[in-house]
Amino acid sequence: MSAPLPTTGCTATPVLKQRGQREVFCGLTGIIWLHRKMQDAFFLVVGSRTCAHLLQSAAGVMIFAEPRFGTAILDEKDLAGLADAQTELDREVGRLLSRRPDIRQLFLVGSCPSEVIKLDLQRAAERMTARHAPHVRVLNYSGSGIETTFTQGEDACLASMVPSLPETAEKELLLVGALPDVVEDQALALLAAMGITRVRCLPARRSGDTPSVGPNTVFALSQPFLGDTHAALTRRGARHIPAAFPFGAEGTTLWLQAIADEFGVPADVFTAATAAPRARAEKAVAAVAQTLSGKSVFFFPDSQLEIPLARFLTRECGMTAIEVGTPFLHRDLMEQELALLAEGPVISEGQDVDLQLDRVRAARPDLTVCGLGLANPLEAEGLATKWAIELVFTPVHFYEQAADLAALFARPLRRRALLAPLAPQMEAAE
Amino acid sequence: MKLTLWTYEGPPHVGAMRVATAMKGLHYVLHAPQGDTYADLLFTMIERRDQRPPVTYTTFQARDLGGDTATLFKTACQDAVDRFQPEALIVGASCTAELIQDDPAGLAESMGLGLPVIALDLPSYQRKEGFGTDETFLQIVRHLAKPMARTEQITANLIGPTALGFRHRDDIVELTRLLADMGIGVNVVAPMGARPSDIARMGQAHFNVLMYPEHAETAARWMETNFKQPFTKIVPIGVGATHDFLAEVAAITGLPFKADTTRLRMPWWTRSVDSTYLTGKRVFIFGDGTHVAAAARIAREEMGFEVAGLGCYNREMARPIRALAKDYGIEALISDDYLEVEAAIEALQPEMILGTQMERHIGKRLGIPCAVISAPVHVQDFPARFSPQMGWEGANVIFDTWVHPLVMGLEEHLLHMFRDDFEFHDEAGASHHGGQHKPRDVSAEAAPAAAELVGSMPAEAAVATQGGQVIWLSDAENELKKIPFFVRGKARRNTEKFAEIKGVTAISAETLYEAKAHYAR
Repeated sequence: MSAPLPTTGCTATPVLKQRGQREVFCGLTGIIWLHRKMQDAFFLVVGSRTCAHLLQSAAGVMIFAEPRFGTAILDEKDLAGLADAQTELDREVGRLLSRRPDIRQLFLVGSCPSEVIKLDLQRAAERMTARHAPHVRVLNYSGSGIETTFTQGEDACLASMVPSLPETAEKELLLVGALPDVVEDQALALLAAMGITRVRCLPARRSGDTPSVGPNTVFALSQPFLGDTHAALTRRGARHIPAAFPFGAEGTTLWLQAIADEFGVPADVFTAATAAPRARAEKAVAAVAQTLSGKSVFFFPDSQLEIPLARFLTRECGMTAIEVGTPFLHRDLMEQELALLAEGPVISEGQDVDLQLDRVRAARPDLTVCGLGLANPLEAEGLATKWAIELVFTPVHFYEQAADLAALFARPLRRRALLAPLAPQMEAAE
Repeated sequence: MKLTLWTYEGPPHVGAMRVATAMKGLHYVLHAPQGDTYADLLFTMIERRDQRPPVTYTTFQARDLGGDTATLFKTACQDAVDRFQPEALIVGASCTAELIQDDPAGLAESMGLGLPVIALDLPSYQRKEGFGTDETFLQIVRHLAKPMARTEQITANLIGPTALGFRHRDDIVELTRLLADMGIGVNVVAPMGARPSDIARMGQAHFNVLMYPEHAETAARWMETNFKQPFTKIVPIGVGATHDFLAEVAAITGLPFKADTTRLRMPWWTRSVDSTYLTGKRVFIFGDGTHVAAAARIAREEMGFEVAGLGCYNREMARPIRALAKDYGIEALISDDYLEVEAAIEALQPEMILGTQMERHIGKRLGIPCAVISAPVHVQDFPARFSPQMGWEGANVIFDTWVHPLVMGLEEHLLHMFRDDFEFHDEAGASHHGGQHKPRDVSAEAAPAAAELVGSMPAEAAVATQGGQVIWLSDAENELKKIPFFVRGKARRNTEKFAEIKGVTAISAETLYEAKAHYAR
């Protein structure tokens, strides 16, 4: 069961903004999951050795079949203007497409260096589309660290697809956000049970299933970080269905309810479709919440999932939020979430990592949600941590994953309890 | 512009981070956009470090570019000095910051920070990680080390170990013991564990032990010129190399040669009859130049393997590795393109790969066992136990590590004899590797094509479709399937090569056995 609605949410809470070192990934990281989602797409980063190294390090467990992403590494000749970077890029893309005839969509992904030298990837994409159409469509977006933080890369990618989506006058629901296939199927099944069957997904698994968009399209966001995609769809005449995000039993219900209202689904049909999975989710979450209840949590900024997750952990798992950091606060998309989140936590946007570390050390939360660079050092200081990157790599949306989501936060705490007898020796070893 | 899927080396500023992270009391201010902070996780996750790397990134964003990124850099320097109070600062730029030309060196020097500021000039679009470690260490030594009177006792500096190195932590311990056996003390170990104040007294050592030429050769040469400190040229990995190293140390110091081999088990382990099956195993060796050269010598002289191919990814070592390959009667592969390395391995069909974590994945794909001998490495290559590569214990560790992925000697024979046993069969893999047990699917017996899919190596299909002139008759195909999986690829390759030489276009069972006789040894 969820907590009652707070009388004052965090809607009017002043946001703490600090400028300093930001310990975050850049938007290129999104390629790690996007290339798995879109099975006939290739992501070609135009960048430096650093970009290639980042992708391979973030991939962690390497996907060692020939991956559907790569980096065209700029060298001195490209920078000094000795070689025409556009010609070089044409050559590399030509080679790639001849080796990989299965590729139907190619994304040219801008990086920090390509943005700084103002390499025009838009022009390149148009030229290549003309050359390789109709077999391959070439699009471009920027995943550079100077413009995007982590999940904003997915936003930029999806937004880049919107202008070229075919036009339609049909009343259709567009489900926006790259979800694992199993989760997407669950969402489609829930919607179908309510009688909503004209549903398309962005991104589609294969380019042949690319959705259409038009003035009668309504869209729901499954991820909170899709601000630019939201704007691009709105420009195409589509209308957003504002809702809380489908994390946890409550979030999923609110999200589905908003869609049901839009499509005029009768209350009894809605209840029939959602009652059983909702009860199942609440029961499963309650079991995991035993570990989490009464514990405090502190979020470092990472994926923009922080506010919805804090809402889930505080309202469904009995946790207290001390600080909820987000790399970027998109007020319009967060309106419902902020209203649900009870007053109390510091809401921070952006980062000065050293100052934030001072705060976390002072607060000593029971659980700290942070990036991979900070997790082990904080553990060594005695703080339990949850790596944030797992939250975007794991199926966590909708009813059936609600308890899995809670379990991701509970596991570090359970592990600490299990290893407690070893703790004195661990201190001694340092 | 070059398309890269996976890289053996990161950019040069990651090399600088490896040096900075290995040291204490040093801080690195890196002019870099947000996102470049990913490099922290290399150290905190892969190496399981319990502290953040001592690096402050300026993390500028697009909106800063029109404004004042120079001030951002100066603020970051001041904040880093105030907060971390290092003994010295190194400053530099990552690839993107190099393009905006803010001159971190000049900015930091103009600030009067009251501590040594060492500027790094690491050309990101020309050089790579290895250059970054070597150049950074050189600059630190040049700025901080001063000529000093030698220590009374004969001492050496151990130079080259960095963060994220392959077994650097344990090599230091083993090497310290080796030197102690000869009565030689250690003056400074650097960069790993050294403070800037330790670097300052490196001139006191009588000589330098150059542990990893990739990371410290330029510094070794600089100290040779400026402090008249000779440095060792032999890297003591393997039994033979360790003996030669100790002889080299004896020659440098004038001390009598002394090798206390009571801890050394490797020579007996490799001579004992159980190891007979290792004879002539064809291995492919790839990694950084230093580890490859060491592994090649161990493979041939100490394990009795045949070196079927070797190469390195760092071009800095291309010349010695080419010369080495010549000595082995093969052509060296100098490449940092992993697809090229994979193609070479696929073509050679070695029985084992000694490589990096990249080759481990290539091996997994091709069904060839692999042991890791060199960086780049992954989290499982940072074991909790003591496991050096250098010295006597290193030789013991190497024997165990290299033998582990192989199917054991007697098991090889049993697989050969009872290949139709439903659980002790071909596709089950080495029995001491847990979790691989796959009972044979009975229906697969009825459908040979399916059986091939289950247990075959992808290489076979590739070879079969390649060229297309040589065909396998069904009796030969069936005979080939009776050969255990770990030699089947080689048998196929040898037979096809033999057929080509003899001008045979259709391979029969007869051809297969003629080829077997031809290549017998």
